[in-house]
Amino acid sequence: MNFKIKKILPQIATLLAVVLVFGFFTFNAQVNMDNRGIEFGYGFLSQESSFDVQFSLIEYDGSHSYARAYLVGLLNTLLVAFIGIIFATIIGVVVGIARLSPNYLIERSAAFYVEFFRNIPLLLQIFFWYFAALRALPLPQDADAIFGVFFLTIKGLFIPRFIWENLDIFFYSLIAAIISIVVISNYAKKLQESEGKQLPVFSISVGLLTILPLLAFLIGGVSLSFEMPVLEQIATTSFKYNGGLGLPPELIALTLALALYTATFIAECVRAGIQGISKGQKEAAASIGLTPNQILKLVIMPQALRIIIPPTTNQYLNLTKNSSLAAAIAYPDLVLVFAGTALMQTGRAIEIVSITMLTYLSISLSISVLMNWYNKSIAIKEK
Amino acid sequence: MNKINFLKPDNQNLSTYLYSGSFLFFIAVFDVFLSSFFGMNITSFLPNFASFLLPLILGIIGLHLIRIEFSGIKNLDLLNKHINTNTFNAILTLLIIFTIIKSIPPIMSWFIIDANIAGDTKEACTGSGACWTYIKIWLNRFIYGMYPNELQWRINISFILLIALAFVGLIPSEKIKKFLTLYYVVIYPIIAFILIYYLISGGSLGLEWVETGAWGGLSLTFIVSFFCLIFCFPVGMFLALGRRSQLPTVRYISVGFIEFWRGVPLITVLFMSSVMFPMFLPEDFFMDKLVRVIIAISLFEAAYVAEVIRGGLQALPRGQYDAAKSLGMGYWKMHIFVILPQALKLVIPGIANTFLALVKDTPLIFVVGLLEIVGMLNLAKTNPEWLGFAMEGYVFAAIIFWIICYAMSKYSYNLELRYKTER
Repeated sequence: MNFKIKKILPQIATLLAVVLVFGFFTFNAQVNMDNRGIEFGYGFLSQESSFDVQFSLIEYDGSHSYARAYLVGLLNTLLVAFIGIIFATIIGVVVGIARLSPNYLIERSAAFYVEFFRNIPLLLQIFFWYFAALRALPLPQDADAIFGVFFLTIKGLFIPRFIWENLDIFFYSLIAAIISIVVISNYAKKLQESEGKQLPVFSISVGLLTILPLLAFLIGGVSLSFEMPVLEQIATTSFKYNGGLGLPPELIALTLALALYTATFIAECVRAGIQGISKGQKEAAASIGLTPNQILKLVIMPQALRIIIPPTTNQYLNLTKNSSLAAAIAYPDLVLVFAGTALMQTGRAIEIVSITMLTYLSISLSISVLMNWYNKSIAIKEK
Repeated sequence: MNKINFLKPDNQNLSTYLYSGSFLFFIAVFDVFLSSFFGMNITSFLPNFASFLLPLILGIIGLHLIRIEFSGIKNLDLLNKHINTNTFNAILTLLIIFTIIKSIPPIMSWFIIDANIAGDTKEACTGSGACWTYIKIWLNRFIYGMYPNELQWRINISFILLIALAFVGLIPSEKIKKFLTLYYVVIYPIIAFILIYYLISGGSLGLEWVETGAWGGLSLTFIVSFFCLIFCFPVGMFLALGRRSQLPTVRYISVGFIEFWRGVPLITVLFMSSVMFPMFLPEDFFMDKLVRVIIAISLFEAAYVAEVIRGGLQALPRGQYDAAKSLGMGYWKMHIFVILPQALKLVIPGIANTFLALVKDTPLIFVVGLLEIVGMLNLAKTNPEWLGFAMEGYVFAAIIFWIICYAMSKYSYNLELRYKTER
């Protein structure tokens, strides 16, 4: 009996405390909102937003609803996160491998990069790229073309826009290529396990990925043309680019800072992963006659990836969360569009802040659920 | 005379290879050096393209010639082993050396040679380099924010006292050592709070009141990080214990709390503290902006600290728990005297890393309108009299943050090494 009370009493006390705190907050919120004449509810989401967003992936203007504005912000956040993750991974893997190089100078340069970018606050880096570095770029009328097609100016990066015909056929060909690669690699795995034969999976994949889309171009009637950005004079001293695809300087500064900052952490994950494989594995593989390439592909990488992937996903998550710093340089991401402008206009602090937080929370939680599932599936199964 | 095979340098013609190889290598480096430091191009008679690539090609040939296996010269062997193992590495080595040589002159000229520090107006900056005059004039604001000039001694004295009191732990007296934990966990924070409340904030004891909106600059960075560290640590410890508790309610509440804070970005937490939190308080209850920010960041960091401490708790062998229980200790006695002292020692490096992240996150408080050093920079940058010095400001702040964070990360790394060997 005594034992049971000891177990139940603290639980009731904690629960009571939590309920009391929440009750206190809700009560106050109710009183405050009654006093100000605000009614709690999410009906405002369908109202006309009447504000404009500089940069949007989907069609949007002031006549659309707040819900649409939320979507614009969310898509912009995901865009920054996506580009940032790609660049951070590339830089991070290269630097991480460079840190293990036998070449002293390369190892030191990689270490310098990591120590330099890791120890400066991300916000400061974003400000630096946006207010100091990108402001030193030329005006649109003075910009030289890079490779004849890109224009990097103070107003942003202008690149040619792709104009597709029959894009869907091209898309199907890509999907067909990916499916056949998966089938072939599964078959190759089985073949290796049963008969010990190895198929050149990599070259087959590259071949499929080039041949099938090429066929789509030749037979399927897919064609691609480019719309070049063209400089146009608006007034005597004012120029702008027409056509093409313009990436605003905010986006460039943000992705640059995020990629360079996160890459330092990814580099450390990669280094730790490769170092975590004991030397004996490599020697054992060499002693049974595997070539250096096979050692890397069949012995080192599968084990190293098991160590590298979980912390790296964590870094991807951090990058996505850090992309909310966009608000500081007025890149219209979720925080700026929704928790900034929309909140100012409607004054619905509780609803908007909770939606914003829940959005980030669901991104984080879904990635960590996926991660746990992945971890379980690759964990060494001991008997 | 032995036949010299230039494709495969060997030991027999050591000096021939060594001299010709190092000669070519030095020519290559010298060419880049001249063009970088003196703007001279000794290969201008060649077409542009060839003149550009020549140092690289000469360097590759030079390094190839001195790549002699078992030369018997210790330094040469070391050199080959470290920077010259094969052609690919030789190319990378050369590229790095050339990049360093090429980047020294512009960096030096911007930082020192063409920079200005004299004078006290914008007009004093005539050189093409950095304008350190700007930093010099604004330094006071960057450190103290809008805190009144004649009252800044109060901040100075508080910080000097706090630093001095932090070193009490170094007194090697057995009598005091017993109370050190109590001192650092309870007494020191209270002293810090009293100092900040009565000395920096003022308002009583005949001291003029300075509102928190006027605080700023680097001193605010320190105040915020200091208090957040103090508050997030106990909260994080209880959360970690809660997460490992046998009681389901306690465990689920802790897990929910931790995962919530870890899943949202700090900037939305600060938004919450500035626009949403006042709605949750009684109407006539006023809470200062700075206090709200410190609570928000502390709760946010506490979730991260909790995960770090949980790692330490999990790393302890089960025997420690069993041993404590077999002595008849209860839950609290067991944790306070047996588990936590060991677990906390294990996680000091992790805590230091969390604190590092905390210091790097402090600039975010611009969201609620508090201006620490980065915020002050942005304010100074828009001052009409000092337009156009964004670069200097950011470089200055970056150097300061870099020094603080690098020192901390090195410290935590050393601690980690020390504990690894101790175990």
